[in-house]
Amino acid sequence: MTDAAPASAAPILQARNIVKHFGHVEALRGADFSACAGEVTALIGDNGAGKSTLVKILSGVYAANSGEILLNGAPVRFSSPSDAHAAGIETVYQDLSVAPDLSPAANMFMGRERLRPGWLGRLGFLDNAAMRRESLQAFQRLKVSLKDMDTPIADLSGGQRQSVAICRAIMWAKNVVFMDEPTAALGVVQTGRTLDLIRRIRDTGVAIVLISHNMRDVLQVADCIEVLRLGRRIARMRNEGVTVQDLVGAMTGALDSQEEGAAA
Amino acid sequence: MTQTTTAPLAADPAQLSPPGLGRRLRGAMHSSPAYMTGILILLLLFFTFMRPNTFASAFNMRNIFLDASTLLVLSIGMTYVMIAGGFDLSIGSVLVFAGVAAAKTMEAMGTDTIFTVLVGLVVALIGGVAWGLFNGWCISRLRVSALITTLGSMGAALGISYLLTDGNDVRTVPTTLIAIGTGSLMGIPWLVLISAVFTVVGMVWLHMTRYGRHTYLVGSNAEAARRAGINVNNHLLSLYMLSGFLAGVAAMLSLGRFSTTTLEGHGTDPLEAITAVVLGGTSLSGGRGTIIGTVIGVFIPAVLANGFIIMGVAPFWQMVVIGFVVIAAVYVDQLKRQSRERG
Repeated sequence: MTDAAPASAAPILQARNIVKHFGHVEALRGADFSACAGEVTALIGDNGAGKSTLVKILSGVYAANSGEILLNGAPVRFSSPSDAHAAGIETVYQDLSVAPDLSPAANMFMGRERLRPGWLGRLGFLDNAAMRRESLQAFQRLKVSLKDMDTPIADLSGGQRQSVAICRAIMWAKNVVFMDEPTAALGVVQTGRTLDLIRRIRDTGVAIVLISHNMRDVLQVADCIEVLRLGRRIARMRNEGVTVQDLVGAMTGALDSQEEGAAA
Repeated sequence: MTQTTTAPLAADPAQLSPPGLGRRLRGAMHSSPAYMTGILILLLLFFTFMRPNTFASAFNMRNIFLDASTLLVLSIGMTYVMIAGGFDLSIGSVLVFAGVAAAKTMEAMGTDTIFTVLVGLVVALIGGVAWGLFNGWCISRLRVSALITTLGSMGAALGISYLLTDGNDVRTVPTTLIAIGTGSLMGIPWLVLISAVFTVVGMVWLHMTRYGRHTYLVGSNAEAARRAGINVNNHLLSLYMLSGFLAGVAAMLSLGRFSTTTLEGHGTDPLEAITAVVLGGTSLSGGRGTIIGTVIGVFIPAVLANGFIIMGVAPFWQMVVIGFVVIAAVYVDQLKRQSRERG
């Protein structure tokens, strides 16, 4: 197990000393975080460790009480998810953020619909052919094959729906994609496909942050693992020779004595 | 043989080209509007066969269209609202309110020109949009359910209409407006033409523009739409304003046709509009629906009522039949949803 921060790349997204409390509850007590381009960073921790809160702060849903966020080394401030989107940061939510009644292309361009050129576009007319074409290209690039491009995605399998949600995030994310339990609702085969998809996306050069309870998933795809406990990062390790026991130990504090040096 | 050659193509995941007409038609065949179109055609054939000289006459067809025109305009707005997962029970009362406001204004002007009618139209539209703004504000900002909000404004708008008129219909409708309401262009009544224009514009706007797309998204998954940066609250607000606007339009059509504010005549309008929208295949849970379906849904009850009258059947049977058909339509919709979720 190596605990050195990756020397290969400078972190694209960094958080320092993030504090967030809800009333009397301190969800984050000075948490640090970093993610590098072209890597999968797994963010793990027990329930209540502050994973979701941290991700929501980094994706603009919540504002931190204190601390700073650096994107490519420059401090940034997100006051809404749109700010994060504009900075090239997308999130794939655990509960699928898709519209089941609409087509894959309509979902890919949700909120960012492509309009037709000319005066029709100024009147708000959609360029459905272009959206369909670009969606299809995105699916092909990531080797996602959908049963049907022109059906409501309610007709697709759960795994394919999740693929649409992930491909959408990739299509728009220039820098970072957060994935909150992307395999939680999927079966074994579909989980395997989703993990493959995550690897292919990593190879396109964006930073992926995977929030997961499933330690086997984490060990399969993560390059780097960050462990949160009680609102703080207590370990950051490369995924080399790490075992499930190591991770569980770090999450629960059983390995505190050995891991103290690992806290960055 | 054709099957073996086309099967690999159909399974081709790339699907590089958009679906051809044949595939689209096959898809459309299984939609609710397609079933309902079939039922409408059967009804038309049945009544034509039973009473070829009276039912199928140009005069009678004109009557069916005329009867349906006001409801059609209201139902267009209801389709938008219901696709977004909402509901608007107030449209009948808002229609009456807008009509009263317009009629009172035109009465006070004392003139009878096209300008008078235009002023009346503007007043009716403002009245309709104002109620829509109120509904939309309560629903999107105060988070009162659409059912309760529009139930409340249904009572309030009608009550205010009674207060403004002391309960007596305003009958001083300018003859210019009545001329439009009862006149026709090349044999087609103006009311039918006007409602056709609103239907076509409503159809194009819903199915081809970003506004329409957002309407579907809000109805299908409001939370996802919000996360995607769509201002869901403002969109809902605008939808209820659209519904109110169309109630204002319908108010002028009604004034022109009946030359009175018909205070008592619109109590069941919202229910008829909802019936039409549901018959047309719009999902009660939002996210799905078409304007063409709503058009069919407006005409099925209209044709049924007209056919019953012509055949000498008590027209009240229409209410009975449509009541059960609506329940059946929703049941079938639920079955389809369940089979999809399993599959």
